Amino acid sequence: MTPDLLARLTAARDVKRPVALLTRLDSGAQLLFPDDAVPEALAAEAEAALRADKARNAEQDGAPWFIQPQNPPLRLIVVGAVHIAQALVPMAARLGYAVTVVDPRRAFATEERLGAEVAISSDWPDEAMTALAPDTRTAVVTLTHDPKLDDPALEVALRSPAFYIGCLGSRRTHAKRLERLKEAGLSEAEMSKIHAPVGLDIGAVTAPEIAVSILAQIVAARRGAASETARGPKSDKT
Amino acid sequence: MSADSEDILATAAAWRASGEDVAIATVVETWGSSPRPAGSRLVVTASGRMEGSVSGGCIEGAVADAAKQTMQTGTPQLLDFGISDDRAWEVGLACGGKLKVFVEKVG
Repeated sequence: MTPDLLARLTAARDVKRPVALLTRLDSGAQLLFPDDAVPEALAAEAEAALRADKARNAEQDGAPWFIQPQNPPLRLIVVGAVHIAQALVPMAARLGYAVTVVDPRRAFATEERLGAEVAISSDWPDEAMTALAPDTRTAVVTLTHDPKLDDPALEVALRSPAFYIGCLGSRRTHAKRLERLKEAGLSEAEMSKIHAPVGLDIGAVTAPEIAVSILAQIVAARRGAASETARGPKSDKT
Repeated sequence: MSADSEDILATAAAWRASGEDVAIATVVETWGSSPRPAGSRLVVTASGRMEGSVSGGCIEGAVADAAKQTMQTGTPQLLDFGISDDRAWEVGLACGGKLKVFVEKVG
């Protein structure tokens, strides 16, 4: 790899731009997609690798190529700078997520409570969520327990392509939440995207344990674990 | 690609900037129960520094040796590891998996 190509790869990562590195395995020749001129068939493979976020092999004119996608980090948006968020944020960062905490209550959303590596938004949750624009590589977790804060965030998140949406709160709380969201005009299909009560059922009690259960569920959703693919609308068993 | 792999490139760039010879090893294909997926990277310097992984620790030593060779010759290598290999015991892929590792110099 030339130092120039290495610099281009790290620069793309720094500005969170998706690229793919193509390496011809029998010669070591390398191309960067989409910046360099890439043969059409290899470009299609590179696009597919980025979409699946998974490296793959391909052949071009009888030569073996290795295609390695470099996507921007996954994102986690946490609504509510509460106690559980303090445990969740560093763990999610360790898993490779770029974390943003949304909480308009400035006393809660401080760097001192959440650490320096997190982005903090003190905007009202619906404005913050609209600005953050959750995509297919984004997970959203609401933790405030306060409908005034959670619901506006959810109304945006549920209409977004976020790959995971989880809400803290008991089954009773969640039933009431569903009633409110329905009144706000969300469809059954949209509401069925919510994981609630949030997290895998591992009997978590402490804040770090609850954070583990939430992150385990997010990983399962991301990786298409059986527990998640079997999960149809309204099939929350917990 | 995981954040994990991205950090490896940043490490490679930083080590090179500090004046070291640097090689990158990448898992490019796996069969069976290989511990690290395709795309996993290991960065090695001529002075013996290492970061990242291409296996659960089973073949890193052999890969580092090949990397040092590549740093001298500048020629990339495609390494095969697996139980069908006579060196299997030597390099110890106890999991029974097979994998290919591409080794290249940065330079």
